[in-house]
Amino acid sequence: MEALDHARPGSREPVLEVRDLHVRFAGRVGLGAGLMGRKPTSARAVDGVDLELYPGEVLALAGESGCGKTTLARTIMGLERPHSGDIYFEGKPLGRSTKMLREYRRRVQMVFQDPTAALNPRQTIYESIAEGLRVHGINRGPNGEAEEQLVARALSRAGMRPPERFFLNYPHELSGGQRQRVIIAGALVLDPEIIVADEPVSSLDASVRGEILKLLLGLRDDLNIAMLVVTHDLGLAWTIADRVAVMYLGRIVEIGPAEEVLTRPTHPYTKALLEVVPEAGGIDRPFLAGEPPDPIRIPEGCRFNPRCPEVTTGTAEAAGVLGRCRSQDLGLSELRREHFAACHLMAHLAGTESAPPPPPAVLKR
Amino acid sequence: MRPGTIGPTGAGPIPPVEDLEVPAERLLSPRRIVWARRKRAFQRTAKTYRKSKMGMAGLAILVFFVLVALFAPLVADEATMDPTSPATGDAYQPPSSEFWFGTDNLGRSIYAMTVHGSRISLTVGLSATLISMAIGALIGIFAGYYGGWLETGLMRLTDWFLVLPWLALAIVLASLLGRSLSIIILVIGITSWPGTARIVRAQALSVKTRPYVERARALGASNWHLITRHILPNVGPLIFANTILTVAIAILSETTLSFLGLGDPLAVSWGTMLDFAFSAGAATTGQWWWLLPPGLAIVLVVLAFTMCGFALDEILNPKLRER
Amino acid sequence: MSVLSVRDLTVTYHTQAGPVPAVRGVDLAVDKGEVLGLAGESGCGKSTIVNAVLRLVPPKTKVTGEILLNGEDVTAMKAGRLRAVRWSGMSVIFQGAMHALNPVQRIGNQIAETITIHGQADEKGAQVRTGALLEQVGLPPRRLRDYPHELSGGQKQRVMIAMALACNPDVVIADEPTTALDVMVQAQVLQLLKDLQRELGLAMLFITHDLSVLVEVCDRLAIMYAGKIVEEGPSVQVFRNPRHPYTSALSGAFPQIGDRRFRMAPSGLPGDPPFPGNVPEGCSFHPRCPLAFDECPTIDPELYPAGVERRAACLLVRGGDRVEVTS
Repeated sequence: MEALDHARPGSREPVLEVRDLHVRFAGRVGLGAGLMGRKPTSARAVDGVDLELYPGEVLALAGESGCGKTTLARTIMGLERPHSGDIYFEGKPLGRSTKMLREYRRRVQMVFQDPTAALNPRQTIYESIAEGLRVHGINRGPNGEAEEQLVARALSRAGMRPPERFFLNYPHELSGGQRQRVIIAGALVLDPEIIVADEPVSSLDASVRGEILKLLLGLRDDLNIAMLVVTHDLGLAWTIADRVAVMYLGRIVEIGPAEEVLTRPTHPYTKALLEVVPEAGGIDRPFLAGEPPDPIRIPEGCRFNPRCPEVTTGTAEAAGVLGRCRSQDLGLSELRREHFAACHLMAHLAGTESAPPPPPAVLKR
Repeated sequence: MRPGTIGPTGAGPIPPVEDLEVPAERLLSPRRIVWARRKRAFQRTAKTYRKSKMGMAGLAILVFFVLVALFAPLVADEATMDPTSPATGDAYQPPSSEFWFGTDNLGRSIYAMTVHGSRISLTVGLSATLISMAIGALIGIFAGYYGGWLETGLMRLTDWFLVLPWLALAIVLASLLGRSLSIIILVIGITSWPGTARIVRAQALSVKTRPYVERARALGASNWHLITRHILPNVGPLIFANTILTVAIAILSETTLSFLGLGDPLAVSWGTMLDFAFSAGAATTGQWWWLLPPGLAIVLVVLAFTMCGFALDEILNPKLRER
Repeated sequence: MSVLSVRDLTVTYHTQAGPVPAVRGVDLAVDKGEVLGLAGESGCGKSTIVNAVLRLVPPKTKVTGEILLNGEDVTAMKAGRLRAVRWSGMSVIFQGAMHALNPVQRIGNQIAETITIHGQADEKGAQVRTGALLEQVGLPPRRLRDYPHELSGGQKQRVMIAMALACNPDVVIADEPTTALDVMVQAQVLQLLKDLQRELGLAMLFITHDLSVLVEVCDRLAIMYAGKIVEEGPSVQVFRNPRHPYTSALSGAFPQIGDRRFRMAPSGLPGDPPFPGNVPEGCSFHPRCPLAFDECPTIDPELYPAGVERRAACLLVRGGDRVEVTS
């Protein structure tokens, strides 16, 4: 597949941009509570996120469960509706125009966490892959290729050779790794610019993961496809990401080049996450107590402050920022070149001002 | 085919684009793939079905009755049913070599009536079921897929029809519009769809949330595509198994309504035969040959459908299979 | 003497498609106060071992070999003795344990139930012990009145640990106890397990596919592939200097953050782990092995000595060759 339309690597115009994104899930109120005037609580899954994805780069979205990374990815894919905020594709806002949305849906594809569940067990491999073509009404390739040639090419590209051997197979006849390759082929058949991968290898056997990751990196190298990889595994980010964004309770708290963020982290949460990655000989390592709070009840001030080691050990107080940590919400400030973090203490130590928080949600229309 | 037998998947460097092309002749066309898939699926189901003794027995009985109904004029002389024709015999005759099942109060051959009656009973049963299935499946799928107000509205409608007393409705309609088979088909059709609708809705709801439906949505599929390509094929087998069981119920219902005298008096079905037999006092005078054939025929047909339905249910729901 | 000792265990399932050998001759030994790790991917047989040791395999399954708990043969136990031994001699923290809690019963009652069933205490004594157990696993005792849905994933796992310890077992088998948990909660639970194991002097068999977790928690490590153990030895050594190519590949899947060699260089194996009914001839690993040579498809290697207290089932190790396995 010729990468004719894709922007050249190295160009600095983002292919995907997210501005001020807020995604909320409404809670429910029982009848009695509703009658008493209690309003339904809403979980702020994504609470003000700005993000850029550049052509040909791999951006890892890391964090624990509940941080909003999956919701952010799904909203980008159009599977969730944002409460407010905008998504820009190739510089143009994603309006409600169906034509634009269809085009978007063709050029931004998703790879799923559980390849077994993501394939219709009653459809053959061929049909699962051809589905994308059929949904978009594509029955000829750019050079006049027939549908079956496009499917064969996609399967080949995803490492399943000879491709026609797999046309009539059902998902249950393939192994986990092969099923994930089928999902990837299904994404490739539409010649996308962006692939959003939600935990692409976490449900696969450990020895099989490397090949799938190699495949994804190969797609980036050969086809210049940009990738947004959602993962809880920082080791995976180390292996394949150009940049890493760490999320906590609906916000990005640190973002920067992968090698920087993972070896010289600035935000206390990132540091804590890196400390607990298991390693040989590690005994009695420090870890955070408790669990992340509910997105329904986000703490005041810096949302990480109740668990922040810098607060509990008194470092924040000694530096005079404790008051701000407890009461002032904040956004990302550039602490090193291209390396951003949302931390009062770190901003203070770097001699810069803490950035103001992202603006609150503004309901469209 | 098990993983490990398909051979190593490509792990080497990805070859240049030209090497990826596969000559078109080697590839199967999409249509052939769809047919190949359907054939395989059918063969697989047939193979499992053959293993069920109950299912095979039921199928055999059904095939027998269908053949009888199809070739009725060849199997039994219609003239022996016409009281005006000389082919009929004396009234109230027990089974003999001339009339295998004996004769009724008008001298008509009960054998001929049973054979021809199969046509009516089966036709009415199948037509009513078709109506019932169509309504039930449509309502169930739309309610399950769309949810929200549509679901609530449709489900309340279903509840309303569920509690409708079908017998009373039949009697009222028959007295208003006259007695006919169409009335019977209509009544059975509109009162038996709620059961199907509920089952289909539950299944549609479950399928809707599965990841592969979400994947199709992420690909940009329209609602129509999702319903026809994903929901329907996964709900289809359930509808089919349910249909088989509903036919049994429909035939029984037709028998009941005909027995109560609501059917077309000129049409000979097993139900009307029983009606005439009872009216003529066959039970009290011991004319078993009049009651037994239609009664047994009904029992056998209903049993056959039920057995097939159970066998299909076992195939669809693996949890019911024996270890 | 080992608390739990397994010798030449084979487990063959009976299926519609014929007999399936899930475990093909495994030796294990866990001493008092020791943590033995068992690593492997899907289909390697590690969960089957757990079921076999507790005699929870489906009927018609063939189990041969010796399973000794404190010297007593589990396979020969009568039903009464087996029931007594299950949980009070040997307990299990199952995979996906969070779903093993009864959703309509308070957790305190569920824990207390295990104690009273084994006749270790009466109702009141059980309640007291339950409170003590909850404290031991880091939960406030008042939570014994909660229902499972009121607890988080990490908290439910702690409850499962409390249940496993309720009857003072000699051996605890942990089957993927932290797989479904976030990294932070995983660290908490692992710390808890380590502390408890040290405090109570438990013998522990820790089973997981995550090699990096095992290296942290276990003294000794055994790697399983296709129903057999292919390498065993002290955990840090096995992880850092693997003698079997599979171990080397497996550890490559858990890269060290900061190690430049792993950057943009994912490493894995072609193909997939074999299905238990479909194990390749000769060395079961040879189709995927980067170091396979002509003898490999013909000989099924046994565990050859590969260093101090180390063994590996690879022809490259046979005869004591000092072959370095580099990926």
